[in-house]
Amino acid sequence: MGRAYSTIAFDPAKCDGCGDCMKACAQAKTGTDDVARSRIQIYGREKDFELALCRQCADPKCVTVCPAGALNKDGTTGVIGWDASKCVDCLLCTVGCSYAGIALDETAGHVSKCDTCDGNPACVPACPHGALKYITTANIYNEVGDWEDLFAPGLAGCQGCNTELLMRHTLRRVGPDTVLATPPGCVPGMGSVGFNGTTGTKIPVFHPLLTNTAAMLAGIKRQYKRVGREVQALAIAGDGGASDVGFQSLSGAAERGEQMLFMVVDNEGYMNTGMQRSSCTPYGAWTSTTPVGETSRGKTQDAKNLPLIMVNHRCAYVATASTAYMEDLYEKLDKAILASKTGFAYLHVYSPCTTGWRFPSNLNMEVARKAVETNFVMLWEYTPQDGLHFTKSVDNPLPVTEYLKAMGRFRHLAPEQVEHIQKKVVENQKFVERMTEHAHVG
Amino acid sequence: MDRAIEHTKYLIAGSSHAALEAINAIRMHDPEGSLTVVTRDSHLPYSPTVLPYVVSGKSAPARIFLRDEDFFARNKVSYRPESALKVLHADENTAELADGSSIVYEKLLLATGASPAIPPIPGIDTVSFHVLRTLDDALKLRGAIGASKQAVVLGAGLVGMHAAENLVKAGASVTIVEMSDQLTSGYFDKVAADMIEQAFRDAGAKIMTGSRVVRLEPTAAGAKLTLENGTTLEADLLLVATGVKPEMAYLNGSGVEHQQGIVVDDRMQTTVANVWAAGDCAQARGFFTGTPMMNAILPDATIQGRVAGMAMAGDPGIQDYAGGVPLNTYHFFGRHAISVGSSKVPEGGEVVTRFDEQTGRYLKAIFGADGCLSGIFGVNEFFDGGVMAQLILRRIDLTALRERFVANPLAVGREIMSQTWR
Ligand SMILES: Cc1cc2nc3c(=O)[nH]c(=O)nc-3n(C[C@H](O)[C@H](O)[C@H](O)COP(=O)(O)OP(=O)(O)OC[C@H]3O[C@@H](n4cnc5c(N)ncnc54)[C@H](O)[C@@H]3O)c2cc1C
Ligand code: SF4
Ligand code: SF4
Repeated sequence: MGRAYSTIAFDPAKCDGCGDCMKACAQAKTGTDDVARSRIQIYGREKDFELALCRQCADPKCVTVCPAGALNKDGTTGVIGWDASKCVDCLLCTVGCSYAGIALDETAGHVSKCDTCDGNPACVPACPHGALKYITTANIYNEVGDWEDLFAPGLAGCQGCNTELLMRHTLRRVGPDTVLATPPGCVPGMGSVGFNGTTGTKIPVFHPLLTNTAAMLAGIKRQYKRVGREVQALAIAGDGGASDVGFQSLSGAAERGEQMLFMVVDNEGYMNTGMQRSSCTPYGAWTSTTPVGETSRGKTQDAKNLPLIMVNHRCAYVATASTAYMEDLYEKLDKAILASKTGFAYLHVYSPCTTGWRFPSNLNMEVARKAVETNFVMLWEYTPQDGLHFTKSVDNPLPVTEYLKAMGRFRHLAPEQVEHIQKKVVENQKFVERMTEHAHVG
Repeated sequence: MDRAIEHTKYLIAGSSHAALEAINAIRMHDPEGSLTVVTRDSHLPYSPTVLPYVVSGKSAPARIFLRDEDFFARNKVSYRPESALKVLHADENTAELADGSSIVYEKLLLATGASPAIPPIPGIDTVSFHVLRTLDDALKLRGAIGASKQAVVLGAGLVGMHAAENLVKAGASVTIVEMSDQLTSGYFDKVAADMIEQAFRDAGAKIMTGSRVVRLEPTAAGAKLTLENGTTLEADLLLVATGVKPEMAYLNGSGVEHQQGIVVDDRMQTTVANVWAAGDCAQARGFFTGTPMMNAILPDATIQGRVAGMAMAGDPGIQDYAGGVPLNTYHFFGRHAISVGSSKVPEGGEVVTRFDEQTGRYLKAIFGADGCLSGIFGVNEFFDGGVMAQLILRRIDLTALRERFVANPLAVGREIMSQTWR
């Protein structure tokens, strides 16, 4: 499998042109304060800052036009390296690059370019505004890519489905010694429980009722324990199956501290049966049972906050996660797996639904990210020892309209409905914030 | 079909920039199809552009190769040096090689580049002279350069100028003889050329522009040159660098249309089925003129090679060739000159120049009537050639930014390209 690489990302909205990154780079790379020699260059006036920095292209033009073989893309790090001993100073590489990622350092008399400081960029931590980020998510891809995909290829999910992504990642991570319970919902709907006598997973999977998922899985886990076999008990359930009719068995298992990982894929409704509302469907959203017409304008109640309810079970581990924040998701998966060895672990993943929420299938990550950036959902984790804390800052959220306008299910909203949602977002944030304060007090 | 004749899906003639990019493009789409590279050269691939530095000793000959054996093995390419294409039988999809063998191809790329054009000066066949296009040329010249006291370089294009600089640095007395009135014509304007000329004079070179050589005769030390005005020059080393001509003699009788070069369309296809051409041997559309022209520069060879490779492999991601834009960077005596685009002022267009005596920075920018950049030229004024080329190719209207742009093309150009990225 091809490799993925870490990369430096720039958020122009956060940049104020202070030039600290350039100073850091000039220091790191030339030992001077001459920002003209920095390999990262910030341009623009007052506001709207722009960036010239090597993008470490996958198919680099500078490398192809170098007549001296002085430039090379490193297959392991992805960094395009410059070999001073081969360079003949012809400047052709500066003709190749469309973004000035390699340019003449007039003082040195040679071209120079970013080498990501061997994976430890000096410029990134130097930025006082968080406008530069070193994105290392690629490490996950590289690592996970080597693990076995335990979900069969060619499943019947909708195009661009987030749940499939989540399934593949989760099963890869938990590994083959797992028993999976998937109650009615999209997960079995797309084929995990299989067709014609073959399962869609390469691990034992069963299809409990909506009502008894946690109970059945608890029994199976106990039986394995009794015969002395260590298996991972995993449930992947929809929000409907967990928060509505399945809640009783979920709550019971959590209260008893059954040793399992219960993952909820929250796509805010009963999507595979025709997009009916669930208790996790947010206020104002269109579903087939909260229609939009002359009088009705989507759901009239607010969503139930299931993960917070699970916190009140004092589970061994509770967290919320999003596929737009993969590193965070993986950390939580690891912790949840560990916690499930001795107690009940609950992982609630916010999972946009391209079909039911009505947005283009290529925008899943964007919608998932906007949900977090607006604080429509918040990423946090809880353990009885450390209490609750955010894993992604809730400061400076975008207005919730940035999230709402990304999809069709909110298109009809009247201004007062939007106002209601924004108010709820702030209220929820305050509510969870108070719980984090509580945690600090002990 | 004769069973002894080899068969290959893709055949590429030539092993330099255009060929290497075509290999990449083909392998991106078709990892398996049999691919054979036949080349006249006896070495692994290298660039003609690096050769002046082999001559000067800056580049070790063993370290200039752009690919190694392993690259060809990994990419399942059969690499055949010293097997030049001799005759193309396009009607039979067959290439006849210099070593006597033949190869039947499904798709053929002609990436045979160019060779030095030798001017028809009376007596030229009686004297020995150097040229600079292949590694063997460079090694020969490098061997001769140390012993030379009196060198003459014929032609003041970039190849000649590069070599002249090396000769000067090696301690020879050097005379550059150029037919036109200025150095580096076609690359740089008179102002820039004068700056380049001054640098050469300061270093002790003699420059004779507007001078035509009318006769060459052998002498004990080397050659005697007679100029049109009667002046004579003695040379113990003569380098002929009066331009290049495309390598395409193998086309005779093949039916492939060729004028100044091999005529190709915007997908680098020649006028004949299953045959493509790219690089210095191809005559492809010019960006400014829209008509076929020669644009014998390295960056264009790579772009054309890529388009040809994608077309040959049937890659649906292919985009038409946007047309050739002249692009040159030139490093001389620690200074640099860059030229991007056309030096012709378009109708209704405007030229802006600035020159700073103190720093020796010179800039000239040419804008079309539509406000778009059509050419930019600088000496000791660094800007990113790649950024400028994109401003031209994307026809970005600079009217509102013109003043800032001329004051600082580097910053403003980068700003614009950064915006287009997002
Ligand atoms: C000294 C020098 C300096 C230069 N400096 C610059 C510069 O600064 N900037 C710039 O942009 N360009 C420069 N150039 C031009 C640049 O090198 C060429 O534009 C570029 O190499 C073209 O690539 P190509 O693949 O089309 O052909 P070439 O590089 O010419 O390669 C042709 C290939 O075909 C092979 N071949 C030839 N005939 C046959 C045949 N009959 N059968 C099989 N194989 C054959 C050759 O062995 C070679 O491998 C310079 C050239 C020279 C000579
Ligand atoms: S300046 Fe150096 S790195 Fe850039 S193309 Fe020329 S030889 Fe290669
Ligand atoms: S990563 Fe290092 S080399 Fe690259 S711009 Fe930042 S400081 Fe400079």
